[in-house]
Amino acid sequence: MKGTRAIIEVLKSEGVDLVFGYPGGQIIPLFDEFYDEKDVRLVMPRHEQGGAHAAEGYARVTGKVGVVIATSGPGATNLVTGIADAYMDSTPLVAVTGQVVSQLIGNDAFQEVDVIGITRSISKHNYLVKKPSDLPSMLKSAFHIARSGRPGPVVVDIPSDIQKTEINAPIPDSVRIPGYQPTYEGNPRQIDRIAQMINASERPVLYVGGGIVSSGASEHLREVARQANLPVTTTLMGLGCFPSDDPLSLGMLGMHGSAYANQAVMGCDLLIAVGARFDDRITGKTAAFAPLAKKIHVDIDPTSVSKNVGVDLPVIGGADNILRELLPKLERRERQAWFARIAEWKASSPLDVPEYAGAVAPQRVLREMNRLSRDRDPVLVTDVGQHQMWSALYWNHQRPRRWVSSGGLGTMGFGLPAAIGAQLGLPDNLVFCVTGDGGIQMNIQELATVKRLDLPVKIILMNNGYLGMVRQWQELFWNKRYSHTNLSDNPDFVAIAEAYGIKSLTLDSGDRTAATLEEAIDHPGPVLVDVRIDREANVYPMVPAGEPLDQIITRR
Amino acid sequence: MPPKVRRHVFSALVENKPGVLARIASLFSARGYNIESLNVGETDNAATSRMTISVLGDDRTLEQIRKQLSKLIDTLKVTELSDLPCVETDLALVKVKAAPDRRGEILNLVTVFNARIADVSERHLVIEISGNEAKLRSFLSLAGTYGVTEMVRAGRIAMKRGD
Repeated sequence: MKGTRAIIEVLKSEGVDLVFGYPGGQIIPLFDEFYDEKDVRLVMPRHEQGGAHAAEGYARVTGKVGVVIATSGPGATNLVTGIADAYMDSTPLVAVTGQVVSQLIGNDAFQEVDVIGITRSISKHNYLVKKPSDLPSMLKSAFHIARSGRPGPVVVDIPSDIQKTEINAPIPDSVRIPGYQPTYEGNPRQIDRIAQMINASERPVLYVGGGIVSSGASEHLREVARQANLPVTTTLMGLGCFPSDDPLSLGMLGMHGSAYANQAVMGCDLLIAVGARFDDRITGKTAAFAPLAKKIHVDIDPTSVSKNVGVDLPVIGGADNILRELLPKLERRERQAWFARIAEWKASSPLDVPEYAGAVAPQRVLREMNRLSRDRDPVLVTDVGQHQMWSALYWNHQRPRRWVSSGGLGTMGFGLPAAIGAQLGLPDNLVFCVTGDGGIQMNIQELATVKRLDLPVKIILMNNGYLGMVRQWQELFWNKRYSHTNLSDNPDFVAIAEAYGIKSLTLDSGDRTAATLEEAIDHPGPVLVDVRIDREANVYPMVPAGEPLDQIITRR
Repeated sequence: MPPKVRRHVFSALVENKPGVLARIASLFSARGYNIESLNVGETDNAATSRMTISVLGDDRTLEQIRKQLSKLIDTLKVTELSDLPCVETDLALVKVKAAPDRRGEILNLVTVFNARIADVSERHLVIEISGNEAKLRSFLSLAGTYGVTEMVRAGRIAMKRGD
């Protein structure tokens, strides 16, 4: 069997039926193999970065490993942002790169880069295939590593001569990696201890993140929260693992979290972190984070524990297993005083929609999108910036794997390609891509991919003619010195979408919000809606970087 | 009060594969940890290598380093030798100024420290000395009174005592 056939056979054995790939010199052999391939579909983006984010979007909504293929040199370097993004957000991804022929490696050959060196610190692991017989086991290991433990990206760099070589090694059914044995089961005595601490607490808060989503623990979380009567706050990555409208929900915490989530964290006597990593956008000033609380941290990655904030009880293992074991040990407690305080906080700073004298309120757009799509199991994919935070705050998140956003890396340009991946992963769902006028221009070429595949993605472009989040920081902390954030000379996005053959609409007055969105949703194909939002609308609440979470700015 | 910085020795058993050293070096640089010394060599099993890594840091940093090292896919086992009874040794070559009238004293020093003369030239002696950190420091400080013109160290290696 040729190397390229072995690659496809490994993909099949891993249940892969869709990959994203962009051709180029050193990966032609593999693309040639795809020419007649029926079982594994290859979707071509218009830029390798788009392929990487599409694979991430696909992985995030399906729970499967995303696969992206690129050529050597510039093809590989164009993947770098996507690989780093997947690493930060623990997204399972296998990136296959072509490499120059084995005997030229290290000679500064045409389109050669040291992909392994470049991706070492942004991937969970990486492999350069040097011996043809290693190819099947290395690629197989890549899938195993990408999806197990704390998921992440794995890079496999394959010289073009090895792709063409006859491989005399079978496709292994499974692989064993001696140095890699993730811990899935929590220690039973520590789980008992968690239960005792929860049962004894007067003012508990559950603080949960992406680990709940990736381990499939959402149902366990709901049961635990309801059984023990625990308020729940989620990180950006955890959105959807607990329903936003549940009475126990505090919404998102952190820099742009709800005021009441942050107040609850600052006032709690027990913080139970599950599958979250105490990121600086969550904690604010670490020394003042949840200052009154004993802290429990449940995580599958030992390096996440006590990295930023010291904890009283670390428990290593899978969130699903630990929450399941925990459930029968929990007692129901009413905690009336605590819930009364939370109710007061909720009443005093609700997430309402501000009025912007005639201009479109982005928060209202999200609320209307939500209302109009309720029975379509919608997926909300975002780019990075203000629109992302409004989406996190004003959307009614109901289910896991229906929220796709670039959290840890904060990658502008993520949204459109990730929405392509999400729509391919969930072809029957309504997929929204909420983006900004800055973000969409970082991967706008993917409109061609949307068109070719006729993916019915609804692109909601929150257009304020600014790099809005940076402008907001400049307004609040840099004396309104708007250095290089003004995009008022943006191109005509409606004309651009039309040039790509995509239907487009303009929404420029608040009272047309519902009608325009309805028209977009009802259209069977892709639509871009150019939403002219208030130019200086800001994201509130906000805790300035490095401040304690109770230093909340709520309005201008 | 800033957290107390101390020296720590990790012994990592890793797979003997290309790129493993680069992976560990990259981990230290990416996370801002300082390596004091690092020694790599094969073990009795050709499939594995032993890395002895000496670092300085506070307790929290050292704990992170241990966990980060263990997390690498190619790492089989990480042991913290500083917490265990262990033998450790380092090897140094030291070029000392040796005027004819001082040679006798220097040779005495070499004998006292159980070191060895590796090379003799007109104005210098090259001394080979092995031993633990305290012994090497004390030797270097005494040799310094004659003038050390060059010094190279192999890096610390260490092993847990007993069975």
